[in-house]
Amino acid sequence: MIIVEAIITGILTGGVYALMASGLTLVFGVMNIINIGQGALVILGAYLSYVLEQKLHIDLFVGLLLTMPAMFAFGLLIEWLFIRPIKRDRTMLSILVTFGVSLIIEGVLNLIFSADYVQLHAWYITASFQIGGFYLAYIYVFGFLLAVVLLGGLYLLLYRTKFGHSVRASMQNRTAAELIGIDVERVSAITFGIGIALAAAGGMAFGATNAFDAGSSYDLISRLLAIIIFGGMGSLSGALIASLGMLVVEDVTSVVWSPVWASTVFFILLVLILVVRPQGLLGQVEGRKQ
Amino acid sequence: MRMVKTAGLLVLLALAIVFPLLFPNPTVTGIAVFTLIFAAASTGWNILSGYTGYVALGHGAYFGIGAYALALLCQDWNIAGGYGPFLLVPLAGLLAALIAVPLGWLALRVRRHTFVVITIAMFFILQLLAYNLRGLTNGSTGLGLPIPADWSGDFFNTPFYYVSLALLLVALAVSWWVRHSKYGLGLLAIRDDEDRALGLGVKTGPSKLAAFVLSALLVGMMGAVWGYFVGSIYPNTAFDANFDVAIALMAFLGGLGTLAGPILGALLLEPTQQYFALQYGQSGYYLVIYGALFLVVILLLPQGIIPTIQARWAKYRATRNQEEREDEAVVTALPDQGGSPGIEKKEGINL
Repeated sequence: MIIVEAIITGILTGGVYALMASGLTLVFGVMNIINIGQGALVILGAYLSYVLEQKLHIDLFVGLLLTMPAMFAFGLLIEWLFIRPIKRDRTMLSILVTFGVSLIIEGVLNLIFSADYVQLHAWYITASFQIGGFYLAYIYVFGFLLAVVLLGGLYLLLYRTKFGHSVRASMQNRTAAELIGIDVERVSAITFGIGIALAAAGGMAFGATNAFDAGSSYDLISRLLAIIIFGGMGSLSGALIASLGMLVVEDVTSVVWSPVWASTVFFILLVLILVVRPQGLLGQVEGRKQ
Repeated sequence: MRMVKTAGLLVLLALAIVFPLLFPNPTVTGIAVFTLIFAAASTGWNILSGYTGYVALGHGAYFGIGAYALALLCQDWNIAGGYGPFLLVPLAGLLAALIAVPLGWLALRVRRHTFVVITIAMFFILQLLAYNLRGLTNGSTGLGLPIPADWSGDFFNTPFYYVSLALLLVALAVSWWVRHSKYGLGLLAIRDDEDRALGLGVKTGPSKLAAFVLSALLVGMMGAVWGYFVGSIYPNTAFDANFDVAIALMAFLGGLGTLAGPILGALLLEPTQQYFALQYGQSGYYLVIYGALFLVVILLLPQGIIPTIQARWAKYRATRNQEEREDEAVVTALPDQGGSPGIEKKEGINL
């Protein structure tokens, strides 16, 4: 029974991680860059929700209507300022650049909010309901539903719109996409913005279930990177499966063994997968690059 | 030209040796020790990432293993503070290298960005282990290293300074040897085109793994010296995510894959970082300034200082030659634009 509970909470929180990881893997797929700043941006999103809720008493989910567009714009700015100027060796330099961005965000958050842990407040975070034999806070279900809605929206955007076709074309072959008239730079910028807007939504759900401070970004980014390698870099469905898998494994480990070893078990699983499939679950085998 | 270069290097070395006598202030020598540790670690890292192009962002793991290994060795063998622990530094480095063998084998199965991300993930696994293997590492309580009791305040930094300097010279010698050996040529070939290198008979797998282990050995030794210097180590300080990026940034700033690049980068960055850390403590200002500096360096000098200067110098020489001799010289002296700087021009790159 306790294992069933662990599996259910694992799936519910896994959805939230899928939200954050999908932004990361999407950006990688289109732009061939790794956004190490994703962890800090998630925390920034959580703090934005915190400010709206504390100062203006805006409900967390309603607040997303403000924070997600704001973070989208912030993403466009970061892309324009720091990513676009990189002309050579994009993958490597982008890692360093986004790390620099992440340091600045962490520093600013430290300055404004100090290093004390904060947590988001709302009725659905404290209230819980009974299911089977255990209690579950509403926020887990709401967070999962948020993830389903946003990821569903992302799916429709990618597979049912003209913009989505451009994105997928750019993912498959950047040069060819350019040759058939797709403005790859514009597609890249918007994709980066979307990835960061998703991070903001994930940040709200993360902040509602965990106490956080500016330094929480390190733990987050290591998990998100592990998720996207596990799923195969650039693969959205891979990221989804990996997030659910990771959180279920963690939650089950923490009830049957010990919470201390929960994430270690996942990382060991990751290493084992990589021995068998270096490209991750659903990753593409890298072709020869000239 | 060769004479001038040798003389210049000897002067630099002499300066490095007398530095603690010229600036005996413990704050200054303390910063100097950190700088030397980072310069040596970055030089070690450069053997893997600079020469083969496999940018590893998880070498903080081997730094941490080195520090923990020295702490545990001293604890188990009851080594007192003094010069004793320095003798164990190579052993601590060897332990780090030993652990790097399976991890490197695993990580080197993939290329480029996936490799980068895997090294980051491995770093966090080891950090988690440092937290969780309480029996061995004492968890977040950390471990203490022996305190050299009879080294007075002013003298304290001096042994660390010379040990770090000696290890930096060792790292530099290893790096120089790799750069000028057939083995190193293989590594550079891997950087330029791995499949073609394999086709031409470079044993890419073992070569990459050897470079990985070699760099882990050097980084691990520096971790051990660092651990002894700071006195007590914790999972989040010994396995520091900022270290991963700091040594990479130093090499990038100076010039990735050059001999002197990592040292130049460390000389510029580490004192700056220490200064800001002293000035603003661990507050947010320090992170903001460091992050901004980071961005400026990478966006303005993506190729690093040494390659940029070399390109300028080559261009200057080419134009001068052109003026002197109208024909032929142009073709031979024009700077090599594309490809990797420095393979063919061995002369200019050795500082």
